[in-house]
Amino acid sequence: METEILARIQFAFTIAFHYIYPPLSIGVGLILVIMEGMYLKTGNMLYERMTRFWIKIFALIFGIGVATGIIMEFEFGTNWATYSKYVGDIFGSALAAEGIFAFALESGFLGVLLFGWNRVSRGVHFFATLMVFLGAMFSAVWIVVANSWQQTPAGYHIVGEGLSARAEVTDFWAMVFNPSSVDRLMHVWIGAILSGAFLVMSVNAYYIIKNKFLEIAKPSFKIALAVATIFALAQLFVGHRSAEGVAKNQPAKLAAMEGHYDSSAAADMFLVGWVDDKHQKPTGLKIPGGLSFMLHMDFKQPIAGLNSFSPENRPKQVNAIFQLYHLMIALGMLMIVLTCYASWQWKKGKLFDKRWLMLVFCWAVFLPQIANQAGWFTAEMGRQPWVVYGLLRTSDALSKAVSAQQIVFSLILFTVVYAALFTLFIYLLNKKIKHGPVDDHVKEEIDEGSKRDNPILDH
Amino acid sequence: METFLGLHYNVWWFLVFGGVISGYAILDGFDLGAGALHLFLKKETSRRIAIDAIAPVWDGNEVWLVIAGGALFAGFPVAYAAIFSAFYVPFMVFMIGLIWRGVAIEFRSKEPGITWRMVWDFIYSFSSITISLSLGLMLGNVALGLPLNEQHEFVGDWLSFFNPFSIMVAITTLALFMLHGAIYLAMKTENRLYTKLSLLAKKFMVFFVVAFGITTLYTLLYIPHLSDRIRSKPVYFFLPLTMFLAIANIPRQLNKGKYRYAFISSSVTIASLLAMVALEVFPNLLFATNNPQHSITISNGASSVKTMKTLLLIAAIGTPMVGFYTSFVFWTFKGKVKLDEIRY
Ligand code: HDD
Ligand code: HEM
Ligand code: HEM
Repeated sequence: METEILARIQFAFTIAFHYIYPPLSIGVGLILVIMEGMYLKTGNMLYERMTRFWIKIFALIFGIGVATGIIMEFEFGTNWATYSKYVGDIFGSALAAEGIFAFALESGFLGVLLFGWNRVSRGVHFFATLMVFLGAMFSAVWIVVANSWQQTPAGYHIVGEGLSARAEVTDFWAMVFNPSSVDRLMHVWIGAILSGAFLVMSVNAYYIIKNKFLEIAKPSFKIALAVATIFALAQLFVGHRSAEGVAKNQPAKLAAMEGHYDSSAAADMFLVGWVDDKHQKPTGLKIPGGLSFMLHMDFKQPIAGLNSFSPENRPKQVNAIFQLYHLMIALGMLMIVLTCYASWQWKKGKLFDKRWLMLVFCWAVFLPQIANQAGWFTAEMGRQPWVVYGLLRTSDALSKAVSAQQIVFSLILFTVVYAALFTLFIYLLNKKIKHGPVDDHVKEEIDEGSKRDNPILDH
Repeated sequence: METFLGLHYNVWWFLVFGGVISGYAILDGFDLGAGALHLFLKKETSRRIAIDAIAPVWDGNEVWLVIAGGALFAGFPVAYAAIFSAFYVPFMVFMIGLIWRGVAIEFRSKEPGITWRMVWDFIYSFSSITISLSLGLMLGNVALGLPLNEQHEFVGDWLSFFNPFSIMVAITTLALFMLHGAIYLAMKTENRLYTKLSLLAKKFMVFFVVAFGITTLYTLLYIPHLSDRIRSKPVYFFLPLTMFLAIANIPRQLNKGKYRYAFISSSVTIASLLAMVALEVFPNLLFATNNPQHSITISNGASSVKTMKTLLLIAAIGTPMVGFYTSFVFWTFKGKVKLDEIRY
């Protein structure tokens, strides 16, 4: 296979794997802040147990997030050398800022979060939790800014020509606040919070079904449900803003998302459908002129279609983009329905009476995860054939020094390693969940061996 | 080129980058060394204490690598692109090593079984050794330079990375980290384990001195141009001098049982070794062995002055912050490790 395809597959695979974990860290981080905040305010030991339990899960998630994240940082250099030279001036500052402001904050205070219970006061511990959460939020900021710049470049000029051309910053803040970064950051944040909240709900729904740890499971579930309901609704508005931004800045991507080819016609909005790439026709259940209406409040307004771009300037996998985009929206809607219904039952005081509802929430943990992945694939595939939209083509962005065999080698390596990591992650997560939020004060986790071994007597 | 306090911006950034790399080598160096010597500790309790000693800090230490990557990408994108695509294979091995090191620390204590722990101990130690060796190998090759084309892209064969000089640097790096790690662990332990670690530290001292001696001799005999700059001006002699004093001070402090001073000395050794490499390659970031014209320097590989200014501002705001919470964490976990607290 070609080096380009292989490099793209490798990048997509490693980033998609990384992106399972950070959203969970961000989301669980927020819930931890709420739980520990309640503990600090009320002094109720239940909240402390809750917090301790979720900190353990957080540590597990975080560990894999870090391990896979380091790969990402260097993959720009290993696989996309030309791209790195091209965007280094811009992208590099964001990445450096991320390291200094976000990761150092997060990883630094994580030690206190995990091991500091007996060493620092409650207030300081809460502060550490807060810092870890903020660090996770900031991590998203810089990387999304960098990615948004490559979607909608701003605040730069091009120096040099041909192979040595590169973008240089002319206006730092215009670069940071490029046309898509704020909308996309919000969207990513909310997506992350949803994935954390759904994980917390899922685990607690499981306890409720099993009739275990009810005194902890019920309040935890409610905390997460409140968070999920608010943000599921918010995501609809923020996602809509993202779509408006795409319409303005990346019309070819928008056309691909709705499979819209004919520039002289109004654009429809599909609920489900299929795009026939060959005959350039989408079919399915649709609101005729719906997209035109969403964007211009007019069902008849024509929208630029894929036909108005020459084939080498527009994305090719139109059906895939269409499907992934609609999958994300369908899941977003489903989450709104689900959380609103549950909140209504909560209000009526019947939330935990319905076993089927708990069962649904048990599995609903996959909804935000799938929506997150689908969203990124929409955004990134819709950006093709450009790495930097309108400026640099993906096919030019490769490392010339790396051969297809080397990429195959590392791809196989990553597949094996990530499969092992994922298995371990699921195994340990499952174990922790089965173990549950037991009271740590009673059952210190020291194995029998170490009690007998007197550290003075052996080495 | 604009200057700041008499130095060009890219020289400043070169210094910052060097500082971050040294920070990484000093901080993660002791984690890696502790990992590399892990299998020398035989008892379960000893191994747990050894892991607990680095548990709260290793992740923060690793972030220095992330910062270094960002700093290179931002300030010298051409070098970032060339170095990582050239070192594709050793770098992938390095990163897979990083993954397993982290995972092993995290997961070893999650199950009580003996086999489970033995397997993770092995993975932990083996990956720490792999990381140290591949770091050293890449450092050696950067010091030597690589064949590059006009676009500064690597045109050689990756098997050439395994040259005698780089292999020696790799082994020296491992030895230094093991020494550094043993000193750190000795600082954090007591009683019998402490005694054991101080014996190990002395053995690693010998290992390091031998490896370092051979590498130095080889360099002076076969690649003398690598010491041209140091020999060009007497003032530069203060660098090797500092290093030799620092190295000599390590056994002295070990014998006195002053591990904190020994630790400072091994840290200084690491920093001055890197500083010597930096001094030799400067102003190149990556020397082109086939044609010096193709070398990546701090001028032709640099970002725009505007970006350099932004970066220095970011570093000026960020560094004290990082310094603050790094010290906060180290301070929180100061003192000897006891087993009765919840850790890994
Ligand atoms: C929990 C996750 C989640 C949920 C519920 C949604 N999305 Fe989303 N979506 C993402 C997670 C996501 C994402 C992973 O965060 C993406 C990928 C890149 C980005 O900017 O956000 C994304 C991208 C993305 C894009 C492309 C942005 C671009 O290319 O720049 C659009 C237009 C939307 N979304 C629109 C929506 C709409 C209308 C939703 C209605 C409910 C919605 N999203 C729900
Ligand atoms: C290609 C893009 C990306 C790169 C280069 C990258 C890089 C990294 C690196 C180097 C780490 C480890 C930091 C440490 O040692 O503590 C990391 C972890 C993390 N990343 Fe990414 N990342 C990318 C994409 C993302 C995205 C899209 C998000 C969020 C929206 C994100 C959020 C995080 C978070 C929160 C962590 C901390 C670990 C965790 O919480 O699981 N990253 N990333
Ligand atoms: C975190 C979730 C992300 C996912 C799931 C994702 C997914 C993808 C996919 C599927 C591709 C291949 C596109 C194709 O084959 O058409 C790709 C390419 C790429 N993405 Fe992303 N991406 C994510 C985040 C990011 C971020 C945060 C950045 C930059 C900061 C980024 C930068 C790139 C680059 C440089 C490429 C390679 C060139 C290209 O094919 O466009 N991605 N990504």
